[in-house]
Amino acid sequence: MTVYAAPGTDGSLMTYAERYDHYIGGEWVPPASGEYFENPSPVNGRTFTEVARGTAADIERALDAAHAAAPAWGRTSVAARALVLNRIADRIEANLEAIAVAETWDNGKPVRECLAADIPLVVDHLRYFAGVVRAQEGGISQIDDDTVAYHFHEPLGVVGQIIPWNFPILMAFWKLAPALAAGNCVVLKPAEQTPASIMYLFGLIGDLLPPGVVNIVNGFGVEAGKPLASNPRIRKIAFTGETTTGRLIMQYASQNLIPVTLELGGKSPNVFFEDVASAHDDFYDKALEGFTMFALNGGEVCTCPSRALIQSSIYDTFLADGVKRTEAVVQGNPLDTATMIGAQASNDQLEKILSYIDIGKQEGARLLTGGERAELGGDLAGGYYVTPTIFEGDNSMRIFQEEIFGPVLAVTRFDGEDDALKIANDTLYGLGAGVWSRNIHTAYRMGRGIQAGRVWTNNYHAYPAHAAFGGYKSSGIGRENHKMMLDHYQQTKNLLVSYATSKLGFF
Amino acid sequence: MEQAGTPERVAVTDAAASQLRRLRRRNGPLMFHQSGGCCDGSSPMCFPDGDFITSEADVRLGDLAVAAEGDDEAFTVPVWMSKEQFQLWSHTHLTIDLVKGRGAGFSLEAPDGVRFLIRSRLITAAGVPDELSGPVSCEVPAAGGTGR
Repeated sequence: MTVYAAPGTDGSLMTYAERYDHYIGGEWVPPASGEYFENPSPVNGRTFTEVARGTAADIERALDAAHAAAPAWGRTSVAARALVLNRIADRIEANLEAIAVAETWDNGKPVRECLAADIPLVVDHLRYFAGVVRAQEGGISQIDDDTVAYHFHEPLGVVGQIIPWNFPILMAFWKLAPALAAGNCVVLKPAEQTPASIMYLFGLIGDLLPPGVVNIVNGFGVEAGKPLASNPRIRKIAFTGETTTGRLIMQYASQNLIPVTLELGGKSPNVFFEDVASAHDDFYDKALEGFTMFALNGGEVCTCPSRALIQSSIYDTFLADGVKRTEAVVQGNPLDTATMIGAQASNDQLEKILSYIDIGKQEGARLLTGGERAELGGDLAGGYYVTPTIFEGDNSMRIFQEEIFGPVLAVTRFDGEDDALKIANDTLYGLGAGVWSRNIHTAYRMGRGIQAGRVWTNNYHAYPAHAAFGGYKSSGIGRENHKMMLDHYQQTKNLLVSYATSKLGFF
Repeated sequence: MEQAGTPERVAVTDAAASQLRRLRRRNGPLMFHQSGGCCDGSSPMCFPDGDFITSEADVRLGDLAVAAEGDDEAFTVPVWMSKEQFQLWSHTHLTIDLVKGRGAGFSLEAPDGVRFLIRSRLITAAGVPDELSGPVSCEVPAAGGTGR
């Protein structure tokens, strides 16, 4: 067990600067407005740095830098680009603990998750796209004896990316790795709740990229995100967030006739069949951990398994064991590796979660555990903590239908496979789902039947590169984490070549 | 916009109304669109009216009435939600409140260090809280209009 010192205190592995400018053209550039905004840590609610408040002028400056860099970067060999991605991965790996501490301080998540998941996944993701871009081939289609269609991959050019606050560094690299591998230059807008960790990271890795290939402009959505998303100088926009902004970004994209990829969340069902409890063995233990996965990252995950569907025949006993497992979740200092759940990312997020706990009670859902703000006191006083919460109720209730983005689980029962499928699919969204069964036939049928882009079968919350991730229904457009994401960042150039020497005969 | 006899669906707290006055001074007429999904989903997003293009996919829940105060004249702010989301929210009354915080998305209030937040209570067909009822009919406006 380790308790990391808070950034900037004695013995800390990293220190945040007092102020962060934009990162444009390989340099730290003050905001055109001269204004900065305060950035508090969710761990204790206190401001630890200030960050440039970007506006349209800063976005234009970043786009200038990106456009200046794009022709040369787009022509580098895939071997050269792959090497850059691998070097970034190596540098991040060598500084993994310090980056993990930085991420926890900015976001509030338990450092054990940054150490074991967020940052190693960034490294893996970079190496994956370094690999697949080298293995990518174009195509040759023989049309007839003398005519050949050649298909080349070409970068789009300059793209915009808007990053969420739940995994500030990992979500940035889910988008950066394929975009850079494909030869694009990027203007990236981090979330205003978590603007600092990515700037610290680029302080470590910035020298590995040619100037202007990645440009980062911080600021508020309306002041910096909108001028980026609506800008006619980007060839694509990628966004992770919620549905209203997703629609707005599509509206802007339609005005510029550019493609979008959107990841807009879900309300993921986690389905437990009765055979899970046929023995109280390691698998049963694993299933209970799967049940408790709603508390991972404080529930601030687009695929949070926030609806548990339990077969009636095991409902009471499995739920009782699940509640017990949830009550064993250790809440505390996010910088302590023994802590399993840290702080919610912002005050408004905390308020939103509490408002959902309130409506859950009003709708008649039964509170089984948790249900309140946790006041941890001491150094953590003023932080944004919520006790892991379990409700039981009916799938029509709002706590079963809306992504709370907190450690709040809504549990209901089902009778048989058809009923399970009906409840699982009774949602606007279709991003993730979990199926737990010892019967391969049940698991396969359910997995194919659930309308979601990712169905974890006898596991949950794994995010390896090389497994496609994205949504059905209102959960979005596109697939991240997989080589197919390269397609979202590439044009197809077709050369249609005639080797015939004789004319067609029309004229 | 509410049909006669249907209950009020949306309201605004004093704190949120004061923020709306500030935003209207800066941005002109305003609108809300209630979000869903991840991250800042479930937040009411405030835009200059017409910036978010509503359509047949949306329902206008009602207009918030913001009273005159000082130099500010009284005004209204329409509140919209996607039709599919409304199917799931129709049994609840929404009050738009204001909390300290920093929302993402393109909502207008974020630079002020505050965030609009939905507080919900159950409604019945008669508009009496605390008792669950079925969906209540709601006027669906023509495509593209923001109802001004």
